[in-house]
Amino acid sequence: MINTVYRLCAPRRFEIAFSDLDVTQGVIVRPTHLSICNADQRYYQGTRDIKVLKEKLPMALIHEGIGQVVYDSTNSFQPGDRVVMVPNIPCEEDDYIAENYLRSSKFCGSSSDGFMQEFYQLSPDRLVKLPESVDLDVAAFTELVSVSVHAITRFQSIAHNRREIIGVWGDGNLAYITSLLLKKMLPYSEIHVFGINREKLSDFSFADGTHLTTEFPEGLALDHAFECVGGNGSPIAIEQIIGVIRPEGTISILGVSEYPVPINTRMILEKGLRLFGTSRSGRVDFQRTVELYREYPEIPIYLSRLVGNIVEINRYADIKEAFEVDIKKAFGKTIMHWNI
Amino acid sequence: MIFAVILAGGTGSRMGSTDMPKQFLEIKGKPILNHTIEKFLPNPQFEKIIVLSPKAWIGHTKELIRKHTGINDKIAVIEGGATRNETIMNAINYIDEEYGLDDDTVIVTHDSVRPFVTHRIINENINTALSCGACDTVIPATDTIVEGDGDAITAIPDRRRMYQGQTPQSFKAKLLRDTYNSLTDDEKEILTDAAKILVMKGFKVKPVQGETFNIKITYPYDLKIARSLLDEETA
Repeated sequence: MINTVYRLCAPRRFEIAFSDLDVTQGVIVRPTHLSICNADQRYYQGTRDIKVLKEKLPMALIHEGIGQVVYDSTNSFQPGDRVVMVPNIPCEEDDYIAENYLRSSKFCGSSSDGFMQEFYQLSPDRLVKLPESVDLDVAAFTELVSVSVHAITRFQSIAHNRREIIGVWGDGNLAYITSLLLKKMLPYSEIHVFGINREKLSDFSFADGTHLTTEFPEGLALDHAFECVGGNGSPIAIEQIIGVIRPEGTISILGVSEYPVPINTRMILEKGLRLFGTSRSGRVDFQRTVELYREYPEIPIYLSRLVGNIVEINRYADIKEAFEVDIKKAFGKTIMHWNI
Repeated sequence: MIFAVILAGGTGSRMGSTDMPKQFLEIKGKPILNHTIEKFLPNPQFEKIIVLSPKAWIGHTKELIRKHTGINDKIAVIEGGATRNETIMNAINYIDEEYGLDDDTVIVTHDSVRPFVTHRIINENINTALSCGACDTVIPATDTIVEGDGDAITAIPDRRRMYQGQTPQSFKAKLLRDTYNSLTDDEKEILTDAAKILVMKGFKVKPVQGETFNIKITYPYDLKIARSLLDEETA
């Protein structure tokens, strides 16, 4: 089947290409709701290293999205099933290294074409069926939610068991999702969020405490921390976490930074801290995320507060419009209704 | 009920030296007709995809569908008529016999040699035909259209009001058949497409925006373009 692919060929410029899908292989999904991530924006705005852009473009962006099954040669799904697409594509199996850390794995919208296509072909294990009642605009960014689920799952296997007070640094989307999920997955822990924007922090109403980073509460002893800041704010956030966290705590790093970040190793040594990185997610994290949607129906309701702009994509020009609208947003996610 | 009507009646007379009807020529190892049918198969709104073929090519068409697309209950191959509109009437009569026609039965008619049609165009055709009764896929004209008699240019219409017609063209089937049957032989003689049946009788036909790449593979040059579009490297 001839498939139309909408690729970024240079910063702020999309082009149309075509691929031929073999309808007798795997599962073919019609993408319906796509969500723009900061990683997509870095390609769109051309803020990635020029060498990286040259190597990766042209490429279809977007790795957060859901769709409907249209063909399934494997009989794993019914046509019409609503599914979330797993963008990580492992090429090998390893007993110790998770699929999202294998260097050989491909990732949609980074090392292969993303979901901005008329149809998308995957193997059945790259799809997870969504609950019937789920808000589709929320489900569109399930991938981002699964990244938090993955980070918390990893934290649970690495951190010591005193988890009375956990700090989350950041007041953006990832911090919102991570702190919300921590509240559900670790119901006996107190969750405190640290940010720089009082208005944004006021949205974290489910947290036990929200604080400006400049007003760290005296006597608050954090057992563990999650860094969800990234970018230029990373060094300051990590520095502050190392300063305030209790000895033998774990620091989970989720924020992406384009540049190397200096960290205070002396204090890491003195406190015996454990820093670990988490990135992306795999099939099991998507499955757990969808289970959480079912188990805690309030999670998608809280997440619906992140749905910022909804852009109907009927024409080629609407794609650019969605990315431009997304640049101007202060908080939340831009969702594309993929009608094209 | 919604039906796709794929018009595969062409005999390839404009495709240079080839004797094979142009819908059977291959792009990426698969006949153009199969590529086109496969654009309609994913749409769950279609009750049936009816492929209309010249009598001599029906067996061949069925064989190609089996070989390249797979056996599918949703696809039926039937005989076309002497003209484009007679072919469409054959499809409507088939629907009438097999399913019965009502006022909301919609047909989405499409050239078998336009395999680059998109899911969006097909959906907009269905929705517009259901709400308005008839629609035609068009793109704004980029070339200036001139009118002439072969000897002299007689008019140059305002390009802003000119569009190039593509397919699908979609209709309420009963409305189209009743209107067609009301035409005189002279009126039928000047029909170039199905939308004109309704336009001639004063019915509104809504435009649906097409795509410049929704090309009709008519000449060897088009086939070359189609092949090069699909041969591009995809990551």
